[in-house]
Amino acid sequence: MNHLPQAWGRPRDDIYGAYDHSYLQSSGPITHTQKPVVTGTSVLAVKFKDGVVIAADNLGGLRKSCTDLLLVNADIWVEASYGSLARFTDVKRLRSFNSTSVIGIGGDVSDMQYIDRLLNSLSITESHSSDGHILSAANLHTYLSKVMYKRRTDINPLWNQILVAGLDGDEKPFLASVDLLGTTFSSPTLATGFGAHLAQPLLRQVVGSEEDVPSITREKAVEAIKECMKVLFYRDARSIDRYSIAVVTKAGGVELKEDEQLEGQSWAFAETIRGYGTQVA
Amino acid sequence: MTSIGTGYDLSNSIFSPDGRNFQVEYAIKAVENGGTSIGIRCKDGVILAVEKIITSKLLKKGANKRIATVDRNFGVAFSGLIPDGRHFVSRAREEASSWRSLYKSPIPTASLAERLGSYVQMYTLYQYVRPFGITAIVGGWDSEGELEVDGQVGSGSKTGGGGKVPGINSGGPGLYMIEPSGLYWGYYGAATGKGRQAAKSELEKLDLAAETLSLEQGVKEAARIIYIAHEDSKDKEFELEMTWISKRDGPTKGRHEQVPKDILEEAEKAAKKALEGEDEEEAVAETMEE
Repeated sequence: MNHLPQAWGRPRDDIYGAYDHSYLQSSGPITHTQKPVVTGTSVLAVKFKDGVVIAADNLGGLRKSCTDLLLVNADIWVEASYGSLARFTDVKRLRSFNSTSVIGIGGDVSDMQYIDRLLNSLSITESHSSDGHILSAANLHTYLSKVMYKRRTDINPLWNQILVAGLDGDEKPFLASVDLLGTTFSSPTLATGFGAHLAQPLLRQVVGSEEDVPSITREKAVEAIKECMKVLFYRDARSIDRYSIAVVTKAGGVELKEDEQLEGQSWAFAETIRGYGTQVA
Repeated sequence: MTSIGTGYDLSNSIFSPDGRNFQVEYAIKAVENGGTSIGIRCKDGVILAVEKIITSKLLKKGANKRIATVDRNFGVAFSGLIPDGRHFVSRAREEASSWRSLYKSPIPTASLAERLGSYVQMYTLYQYVRPFGITAIVGGWDSEGELEVDGQVGSGSKTGGGGKVPGINSGGPGLYMIEPSGLYWGYYGAATGKGRQAAKSELEKLDLAAETLSLEQGVKEAARIIYIAHEDSKDKEFELEMTWISKRDGPTKGRHEQVPKDILEEAEKAAKKALEGEDEEEAVAETMEE
């Protein structure tokens, strides 16, 4: 066996002679969306007594191996990479729906655009038939979970993890997640991508369980989210310091701000760090 | 003139010796029996109103809406056979949505009217279909501001190649009337249905071509015109249904919506009062009814 994976499982040249490539298909199988290309990173959300706060940064970056989508020749698999380019810096990843919900989308940006258009057309058809009744965040989450599960079942997933934040049918705070596999779950605090590792533990210190939600004020929830956005900017190499944040409440509807700047970063300590161990000056 | 009994009026898409399609003309007769519908194109929006004849006291007030919304910024009112109107509306919605899926922005009113005109005209071409038994009034407001492309994720570069040229605005109100033949024109004011003659002469008096009438005035005029158009069938009760589409910083923010109850009631009150001035006796009879 050699080090070239593309040759694995093929007859060995030294025993069988050179492989006759003319027997290979030149087109290859249909792969649909099997790798995300331009992606967004974490989305964070937390419930508080009157509603939900949700945030996501404004970066759409190219994934490391994006160009291996450009493979054409069946037997020479060219792998090239653009590296980790921070390509688009004003990608708005929070989308409001009706006056009761915001969805935050992580993962592939072209699939996010598709989902946005899908929801736009859903909102138009609903407005024609619903006679004043509007879809709640819970309804929206059910709809999205059906779409996501159907697509993964077709082996053609929408490469995203989505947080649905807003108010349910009883106008109570609602927060739930659905991802590219159609997996759904709900929690008083949620985060996608890197946020699941870095932000969730911090958010859980603020809102440990569903019982804590009624005692959390809006200010406290917003502050916790902003703090987590800062931690993510410190430690997630696919994040930037401009972000969108939305608060959904019964009284205020959807209050969405799309061009916020991270504040209060701490870098002064870096002055005192010298070398990697032995250097003193 | 009358060609009944000559055999040229028995099926659709047959030309008579003088080049007419009688089945289409019979469809127009069905429209002329329907309740009056009007549309007014104002300087900052469009108003649609229909006279909804109440056929039974058992019908719930305010239910059974007759003016439909297409996409978010179009209203469709029609006179004639109601199921035909529903079918027409559903086609309009399909056209608007397929335009969106291709161009990622709302269909312009003129294009919507053109597509619907073509659709209605197709029903005059074959013997296995009948013409539409409606005349529809399509009103819309094309956004005058900068519209985002559907699904747009960012704002793009602010200057240079691919940058924005500031201050370029277009759009505005559109009003079209589509007849059973597929014929359609753009109008300043349009009326169809039983009371169309009276309504048309009232619309002409408004000098809509000057484009000075405001949306608020338009609501009052529309109510008054529907009340005047109803004069000929006064024995039947009716309900006034009215919708409007304003410019982006107007009351509906470029969307098609029902005229709010308080504004509608005020306009109706003014309409009744205006009629009172014209005919004292009738007004007394009306107040006694209340």
